[in-house]
Amino acid sequence: MVLLVLCCSREVLADPTPLFSPTNIFAPASTPAHSIFGLSLFVLAVTGAIFAIVFSLLVYAVAKFRRRNDDGREPPQVYGSNQVEVAWTVIPILIVVALFMATARVIADIQKASPSANAVEVVAIGHQFWWEYRYPSLGVVTANELHVPVSDPGHPTPTFIKLLSADTDHSFWVPRLAGKTDLIPNHPNSTWIDPHEAGLYLGQCAQYCGTQHAKMLLRVYVQPREEFNRWVQSQTQPAHMNSDASEGQRVFETTACIDCHAVAGTVANGRFGPDLTHLMSRETIAAGAAANTHDNLRLWIRKPDAIKPGSLMPAMELSDRELDAVTAYLETLR
Amino acid sequence: MSADSITWPRTETAAHPFVDKLHEWVTTVDHKRLGILYIIYALVFLLIGGIEATVIRIQLIRPHNDFVSPQVFNRMFTMHGTTMIFFVVMPVLFGFANYLIPLMIGARDMAFPRLNAFSFWMTAFGGLLLYFSLVGANGLYGAGNAPDVGWFAYAPLTSRTFSVGHSTDFWTLALLVSGFGSIGTAVNIIATVLCMRCPGMTLAKMPLFAWLNLVMASLVILAVSPLTAAQLMLLVDRYLGGHFFDTQAGGSAVIWMHFFWVFGHPEVYVLVIPAFAFASEIIPVFSRKAIFGYPVMVAATICIGFIGMSVWAHHMFTVGMSSAANTFFVISTMAIAVPTGIKIFNWLATMWGGKIEFKTPMLFCVAFLFQFLVAGLTGIMLGSAPFNWQLGNSYFVVAHFHYVIVGGILFTIFGAFYYWFPKMSGKMYSETLGKLHFWLFLIGFHLTFDFMHIPGLLGMPRRIYTYEPGRGWDVWNLIVTIGVFFQALGIVVFVANLVWSYFKGETAGSDPWDAWTLEWSTPSPPPAYNFAVIPTIKSRRPLWDLKHPADPDWKYE
Repeated sequence: MVLLVLCCSREVLADPTPLFSPTNIFAPASTPAHSIFGLSLFVLAVTGAIFAIVFSLLVYAVAKFRRRNDDGREPPQVYGSNQVEVAWTVIPILIVVALFMATARVIADIQKASPSANAVEVVAIGHQFWWEYRYPSLGVVTANELHVPVSDPGHPTPTFIKLLSADTDHSFWVPRLAGKTDLIPNHPNSTWIDPHEAGLYLGQCAQYCGTQHAKMLLRVYVQPREEFNRWVQSQTQPAHMNSDASEGQRVFETTACIDCHAVAGTVANGRFGPDLTHLMSRETIAAGAAANTHDNLRLWIRKPDAIKPGSLMPAMELSDRELDAVTAYLETLR
Repeated sequence: MSADSITWPRTETAAHPFVDKLHEWVTTVDHKRLGILYIIYALVFLLIGGIEATVIRIQLIRPHNDFVSPQVFNRMFTMHGTTMIFFVVMPVLFGFANYLIPLMIGARDMAFPRLNAFSFWMTAFGGLLLYFSLVGANGLYGAGNAPDVGWFAYAPLTSRTFSVGHSTDFWTLALLVSGFGSIGTAVNIIATVLCMRCPGMTLAKMPLFAWLNLVMASLVILAVSPLTAAQLMLLVDRYLGGHFFDTQAGGSAVIWMHFFWVFGHPEVYVLVIPAFAFASEIIPVFSRKAIFGYPVMVAATICIGFIGMSVWAHHMFTVGMSSAANTFFVISTMAIAVPTGIKIFNWLATMWGGKIEFKTPMLFCVAFLFQFLVAGLTGIMLGSAPFNWQLGNSYFVVAHFHYVIVGGILFTIFGAFYYWFPKMSGKMYSETLGKLHFWLFLIGFHLTFDFMHIPGLLGMPRRIYTYEPGRGWDVWNLIVTIGVFFQALGIVVFVANLVWSYFKGETAGSDPWDAWTLEWSTPSPPPAYNFAVIPTIKSRRPLWDLKHPADPDWKYE
């Protein structure tokens, strides 16, 4: 187990890409994930030592005390030993105390943190089977792809995420950034991340929430400050108007699409499904289930079950012409 | 000759028509027959639960597989977990307890034989009700479907909004019904152990098997009650306009979790303590030594029982409890490692200085020791709350609890099958097939559950019907699935051994293992009345005293 940790640990091998996996819990890139990583090394060291000792004793016992061909008499019957019993009670108690103290400190470090003045505040609302993100003080509403600024350890700019749910239980888990925290309806939670390096961090929902729990993926884009500010700027604009796509816009606005979806600056203001105002600024659709390409977008609108069977978006029964028009319209929503 | 009638020599009994034999079994109140009914029932469901697991693993053998749809997959893991816990492990443990406790304490039957029968049939009916959901749970979709809410059925996924149709109701009612069976058995075990020991057998002199099942039975009563309450509240929510767990109306999803885990955690001690009981009987006999530290083993088990009632929210470290609550549950969870570790050391000390015979029961118990050690240590990792925030709800947890339940509990159950099969059937099993079962299952177990820890460490959550390539999970899932086939083969060999040996095995005699507790003083299988004369005993190992009159235990205890 310890060897495995060492192999998986970025720190040990000083490799810029996390070994084995982009979701490796032993490749922390953010303060809470680092705290947990440090604790985990201590716990692994202690449990590893216990394992080595007891395992060796067991192997020794099994090898040394096999019945050999002898006089067939029973071995000496030993019923117990007070000294030995006391020793192997007291030593485990001491070990437990040490583990507990190390653990309690990290619980406090992570749970007692509160947003500083320059922290970014996000509200994440879990839905079956997508993520809604709102930045209340920045006026941004988006879905599925979370953008946050990178945090310089010298002058931290963490992101605090309030976790709510519109329906069932979900869980926000991006292993390289933090431990997971659940999104439970009627029970607001919060978590925070403090990513030290720009890049794309992956995760997914970690609390069974229904049929498509498996494809409620997480993508967190950690960006340098200027890039993040530009992203915020573009997200707060209303939808781009493009008269070439007016046929598609007409179909969109007269079919049931607007019951679930919103496009800022138009009549569409449904909140059940993801906000589509800047759909084309995202790399994926359907909470990461498919790349945001023309073909996938068209397929998704025609038959969501082809990409994510059991998702709550209904097949809209549009004709081919209407499909082409709506897809073209959506592709103008940068 | 029929085992349950006394016959004079040189007389013939009339042949019993099959219908009569069936009637005898269906209406029996004999603890031995009910024990066997429980055990066979559990074996059948073991095969069904195993098929469900195989479907799960085939679907997960590679990313984006389409062996089954997400809807079917979600039903598979729900049914697999519910079946294995409620209709395999609990019944088999109740079966062995029912069979062995009266024999071990020198009694003729359990305290309440009719309650015993009632409890078995309630449990059996619960299992049938759960599986009836496959055809009966018509919902809006118009076809039968099994529950798909996970074995812990978190709210509000179980509300009528998110679980349409009746599949969740079948889950709820099946467990409600079998819960009454569990409580009946628990009451029976407690009354029997407290009131029906033979003369000379004080509590301090009864076999550890009886002590540990006494603790288990107490936990059943403490644990099943909150589950039953929660299920009634869920039914009120779903059908009588209640809002206990209805978050859209101000109810609490977290309170379901508390109720469920107040049941769920003691439940795992209900499962593991009888496994400890098997190990505590088998390891001494095959090491040819008395158990090391009997009083401490009893005390440690009682400690585990008490502390085990206070750790439940370690299943909820990620739900957003306060740091004070999280910290409390860390300390209680780690505290329980102390008495549990002590037991491992005591078993080790029992083997130390002994003359170990590696017959099949002992092979399984030795593997149990190694595997339970690992399972306990991964449990400590999970008990450290911040580490749990990464490891929780991932395949690391799935690996941990299968390590306990399969690597710990199921291995000792196999040991118990082989150890007491001669007593129950009068025949010896095939040692060759037994060893073949052991090695096949050992290899399969380790292929599957050792490597299953790794995807958890690499970020793979549980209960997902498929996963993305490029996350480093693929090869580990492949290895995990391959292990399933070795385990399946092992089970086939096991069942074949049982069946073949029942019909063709050598006569076992009353004491094939040269053991020391009272059940080995009866014929194999025992007559209906168990003992011609109720014995009077003087020590924890009455047969040791008889076999070693110059060196009896009661001089040293």
